[in-house]
Amino acid sequence: MSVLERRLLNDFQHDLPLSATPYADIAARLGVSEEEVIETLQRLIEQGVVSRVGAVFKPNRIGASTLAAMAVPEEELEQIAAIVSGYDEVNHNYEREHRFNLWFVATAPDETRLLAVLNEIETRCGIEVLPLPLVKDYHIDLGFELKWS
Amino acid sequence: MVMTRQAMADPLYQGGELDARDLALISIIQRGLPLCSRPYAELGAQIGMSETEVMQRLLRMQEQDYIKRMGVVVRHHELGYRANAMVVWDVPDTQVNELGHCLGRFEFITLCYQRPRRLPDWPYNLFCMIHGQDRDEVLRYIDFVIKRCALHDIRHEVLFSKRRFKQRGAHYHRAAALSK
Repeated sequence: MSVLERRLLNDFQHDLPLSATPYADIAARLGVSEEEVIETLQRLIEQGVVSRVGAVFKPNRIGASTLAAMAVPEEELEQIAAIVSGYDEVNHNYEREHRFNLWFVATAPDETRLLAVLNEIETRCGIEVLPLPLVKDYHIDLGFELKWS
Repeated sequence: MVMTRQAMADPLYQGGELDARDLALISIIQRGLPLCSRPYAELGAQIGMSETEVMQRLLRMQEQDYIKRMGVVVRHHELGYRANAMVVWDVPDTQVNELGHCLGRFEFITLCYQRPRRLPDWPYNLFCMIHGQDRDEVLRYIDFVIKRCALHDIRHEVLFSKRRFKQRGAHYHRAAALSK
């Protein structure tokens, strides 16, 4: 990974310059051209290393969201996971090592729609959905310090 | 043009509530800023908003804590952080704030939330996410926080992630966007 890629990944996870030309500002700080910054970010997105350049919203300040868990029999997991992932409201969906082995996050414009999605998943899958909404956030999000080995 | 607090003097921006124009902006920014020279102008053009208004609204949403951060959103797994565990703790209600604040400040902890218990199935009320390059690194971090936050007597479980079926940013206001 190039020095430019590393610095773009590590140094700009927060405090993106709020100027009309943020990529030119980043370029000036890194001593490269605006085109190089844009092309490199484009490539990192294509490689899947960067999901986007943009805003990370605070959960539950806009719309309604919740983490939810299901205990799915191993042989049904793939099929149930596909049903859950099929919802546009579901943005994360992971298998984890536990009796509760399917964990997903659902986000909707309001509480009513969120509950409707969870109920529909429960009904379609025939497996209880355990909603675990956020009560309090203790984490200060400053991005994630990357270590290069 | 860098936005300053002076730009916020416009009375339009004094309220703490989001309005329809904020929601329209949120609906188009959640898929990411365009990669072009004037990304805020480009976003604004999609919803009939000037570059200045886009920037003012984004600045206000940051100040009012709707937006946690603006920047490059990385995908840990693709960067070699192959191990990821959700660690869940059954903390007495009287201690959850203290321990939550203790856990929330470590740089290797990427999320730390209080959530409700769901008894009898689920006794855990404090959740944190730990990323590491491998399982051993994650387990070392857990030992470290047990010592630093005095969690020896707190029951916990470690849920390593296995398959990732889906991961993307949240789509908050799709319906709102379509109707505007």
